[in-house]
Amino acid sequence: MRELAGRCDLFLDFSLRSLRLCALCVESVFTEASCPPTHTDRDIFAFMQPIIRISSLSKTYASGFRALKNINLDIRRGEIFALLGPNGAGKTTLISTVCGIVTPSEGSVSVGGHDIVKNYRASRALIGLVPQELTTDSFESVLGTVKFSRGLFGKRPNPVYLEKTLRDLSLWEKRDNPIMTLSGGMKRRLLIAKALAHEPQILFLDEPTAGVDVNLRRDMWNLVRTLRDSGVTIILTTHYIEEAEEMADRVAVINKGEIILVEEKAELMRKLGKKQLTLQLAAPLDRLPPELTRHHLELSGDGRALVYTYETADEESGIVPLLDDINKAGIRFHDLQTSQRSLEDIFVSLVKEEQ
Amino acid sequence: MNFGLNLTAIRAIYRFEMARTWRTIMQSIISPVISTSLYFIVFGSAIGSRISEVGGISYGAFIVPGLVMLSLLTHSISNASFGIFFPKFNRTIYELLSAPVSHLEIIVSYVGAAATKSIVLGLIILATAGLFVPLHIDHPLWMIFFLLLTAITFSLLGFIIGIWADNFEKLQVVPLLIVTPLTFLGGSFYSIHMLPPFWQKVTLFNPVVYLISGFRWSFYGIADVPVWISLAMTGLFLAAFIATATWMLRTGYKLKN
Repeated sequence: MRELAGRCDLFLDFSLRSLRLCALCVESVFTEASCPPTHTDRDIFAFMQPIIRISSLSKTYASGFRALKNINLDIRRGEIFALLGPNGAGKTTLISTVCGIVTPSEGSVSVGGHDIVKNYRASRALIGLVPQELTTDSFESVLGTVKFSRGLFGKRPNPVYLEKTLRDLSLWEKRDNPIMTLSGGMKRRLLIAKALAHEPQILFLDEPTAGVDVNLRRDMWNLVRTLRDSGVTIILTTHYIEEAEEMADRVAVINKGEIILVEEKAELMRKLGKKQLTLQLAAPLDRLPPELTRHHLELSGDGRALVYTYETADEESGIVPLLDDINKAGIRFHDLQTSQRSLEDIFVSLVKEEQ
Repeated sequence: MNFGLNLTAIRAIYRFEMARTWRTIMQSIISPVISTSLYFIVFGSAIGSRISEVGGISYGAFIVPGLVMLSLLTHSISNASFGIFFPKFNRTIYELLSAPVSHLEIIVSYVGAAATKSIVLGLIILATAGLFVPLHIDHPLWMIFFLLLTAITFSLLGFIIGIWADNFEKLQVVPLLIVTPLTFLGGSFYSIHMLPPFWQKVTLFNPVVYLISGFRWSFYGIADVPVWISLAMTGLFLAAFIATATWMLRTGYKLKN
């Protein structure tokens, strides 16, 4: 930290302001950009703000279908954010609206502090979008289409950067091939290369691993982490719970056009981490024996089962002393089982509640 | 990037559109050359030899401006409509819509590329015509000006059709059912003074008459309607099409909803 901080002139000032300055510098160092000598108040303010702020956003299509209903959501700079929801929940409409492909009906969205309607040039320049479908031109070459994407976003040619991007995505060898000769997996990587061609700060991945085999899915996840480490904010939509668990810093669940949950993944995992041990008793009990009260057990209604809930995150599950005490109390059981509530269960119950 | 035009983006789209032409360069050039030659064989030689001069010009020479205008109109429309329709059809348009480009930049690049192609084509047809009849251009600068103005105006119309069309049939319907008949009936192959008086009046409602008349004036100094009216009418179309295309992009008509 001290070494990084040494690059900033103002680090030695230990006011709140200088700490923020420092945070800016650390980000600069991570992105291998040169450390600016000073940061203005405006820089600090921008850095502390959410990179995307969605306020009261609604979208009603011409057919009358309400795809988004009063969405409020902040995306933090540098996080991996997973937007989870069943098919038709509004995931694609939401990201299409932020990217400028769909016109919002109500509400506002700002990206990097720029309103997506009034200041669309500045907001769109920050965003790279990888669409869900493999939509590519057939006859264009791999390198040609990536150059086109860069130009379209108003960036000067940078052959070194484009070569690195294509190499990172194992597409450099195919640079002169027409796109139609690529496999499905390569086309998906090419869409990522196109989205990264203008060096965006935010990357939207719409269902990045839909219909992708296990190896490619792992590669995709590694790539996303590498991008996040380079300072890119990533928003991915998925209906694979596993993907959200594996990748995301935060998770939002969207259903029928409404956000029904936004949570840190760690917090969700804590809820997820709760396990239950159920002991099926040989003989029913009227009430819990006093020896067992310290274990916070629950006795089932019919007195035939003891239920013990514990955290998997804890070092000691408490199961061994519990079983010792049960033994000492002379209680016999003929079966035991453990169960864990998964994110999938939470998700399904949330979506069901909505219905 | 600055607050002016995103020239890099305009260049990228323009090059992309032109690259599509180079990939199909043979059919882009050979087919109009063949069809122009056919027109000359049929109208210029076979039938034209039996027609006396029109306005003091041989019939073969008289139809040259009309032929150039015919392919300028049809190719401007088809180039531009296909250019914007195809990304819609294969859904690659997401990239254009999510890019930091203004409506003006989108129109300038697509229409510019389509107009470039049809102008090149118009010049090729003119050169082909030169093989059959001696070329004679009274006002070359005006000729180039009409060529440019018409190519841009009708590429704009093509752009509008490309956004409006949801399928390939709609893409074809306007050029086939409206533009081609209007061009044939707009004096490509005859002077409207050759028509009975009643039809002379009716034909003045055909906008293509003004385009062909003005263009022919730049060649031979003869016109069916005064040149300033031709210019004013073309300018009027241009303004109407610019307004329509801008409205379509601003409202996201058939693009964003």
